[in-house]
Amino acid sequence: MTWRLADVLDVTAETDRVKTLALDVPGWPGHRAGQHVDVRLTAEDGYQAERSYSIASAPSGTRLELTVECLDDGEVSPYLTDELRTGDKLELRGPVGGYFVWEPSVGGPVLLVGGGSGVVPLMAMIRERAAAASDVDMRLLLSSRSWEGVIYRDELERLEGDGLTVTHTLTRSQPEGWTGYARRIDADMLAAVGPGVGDRPHIYVCGPTPLVEAVATALVGLGHEPSRVKTERFGPTGG
Amino acid sequence: MSFVSRGFRGRRQPEADSARVPPGQYVTTDYPVLSAGPTPHTSLDVWDFSITGEVDEEKGWTWAEFQALPSEEVTVDIHCVTKWSKLDTTWRGVSIDTLLEGVDTAAEHVIQYSDGGYTTNTPLEDVTGGKAWIVYEYDGEPLAPEHGGPARMLLPHLYFWKSAKWIRGLRVQREDEPGFWEQNGYNNYGDPWKEQRYWGD
Repeated sequence: MTWRLADVLDVTAETDRVKTLALDVPGWPGHRAGQHVDVRLTAEDGYQAERSYSIASAPSGTRLELTVECLDDGEVSPYLTDELRTGDKLELRGPVGGYFVWEPSVGGPVLLVGGGSGVVPLMAMIRERAAAASDVDMRLLLSSRSWEGVIYRDELERLEGDGLTVTHTLTRSQPEGWTGYARRIDADMLAAVGPGVGDRPHIYVCGPTPLVEAVATALVGLGHEPSRVKTERFGPTGG
Repeated sequence: MSFVSRGFRGRRQPEADSARVPPGQYVTTDYPVLSAGPTPHTSLDVWDFSITGEVDEEKGWTWAEFQALPSEEVTVDIHCVTKWSKLDTTWRGVSIDTLLEGVDTAAEHVIQYSDGGYTTNTPLEDVTGGKAWIVYEYDGEPLAPEHGGPARMLLPHLYFWKSAKWIRGLRVQREDEPGFWEQNGYNNYGDPWKEQRYWGD
């Protein structure tokens, strides 16, 4: 798979720790919602570092967007969120991954469960659904630490309706008057938010390992078929 | 020719490690978890391990029988296709050479198969000759389910997706057959030193 040199069109803040890079990638072959790219940084002495990042944009978009969370001890993510700016170039290759993908032909119902920046590949699916004017029953359950920390908060609010529901749980702090969930995702929450087992939803779970382990185990416990539960994880070492 | 990322300095590996770290990888001291679906939890009462396929005689072991096989402690470096490498990991398990002792086959390929439906394929010669083990201990402790317990393949010279978690057997075949990730965009062989991550690498 060949490396390509992308032009950085724009860098925008999603939250205080998360930024979206909008890229123009000459020769980009197109992607499916849920796939990722490998990014490679090269220092002047030739030293290189590579990491993978989920694609945030819908396949039909004209720009490729990556949403990156800055990790305090990271090597690559702080460069992408704090150093990179419009007019820079960024080396990447992809798209990668043929399993954790959704497209309108897959159909529904769909349950998306995300933790923090694990929402990124799920957002590509939500955007693809909107772009295709699909009326598939799609439900997002998103765990964030705080209301300010919810990635894509305004866009999710705009897209909600016509078969898309968005449910937040805020695990560390909640705004005054918050009446939504305020705990880690558990079986009761998944049963209340998700389609029933009998509806055989396609389920996508992405987030830090403890969340993915807990959610996937709870879903199987509720009776969902393990083969319908697709997971994508990132550890603290993502960088 | 080469492109430089403006303003990128990077964090170098310690000199001693760099010769042990394949291109595009970085060293972690954590132990990240990666899998495509829920973690299976198979009771040891029903666990067994089989050698099947094109062999003169199929073989199988219960958990108790497997534990009674001669085991080895191995310390190796492992390399995950998602870019992390972990150095000096210590495992205990049974060499594939031990499992294949007395097995006669003309076939040249092997499929690892697991609880949960995962499969991965390699040439048979990549799991023999002291290169691969079915391990059930990590760092002196029973292997945790999220890391592939009760038992997983340890095939350290290839990217770690070639080391199936929750493994239940080896199927020996004449024909190669791409496994789970190999059908989903990942390289059929997966040599980390040649950076064979994806199709076409």
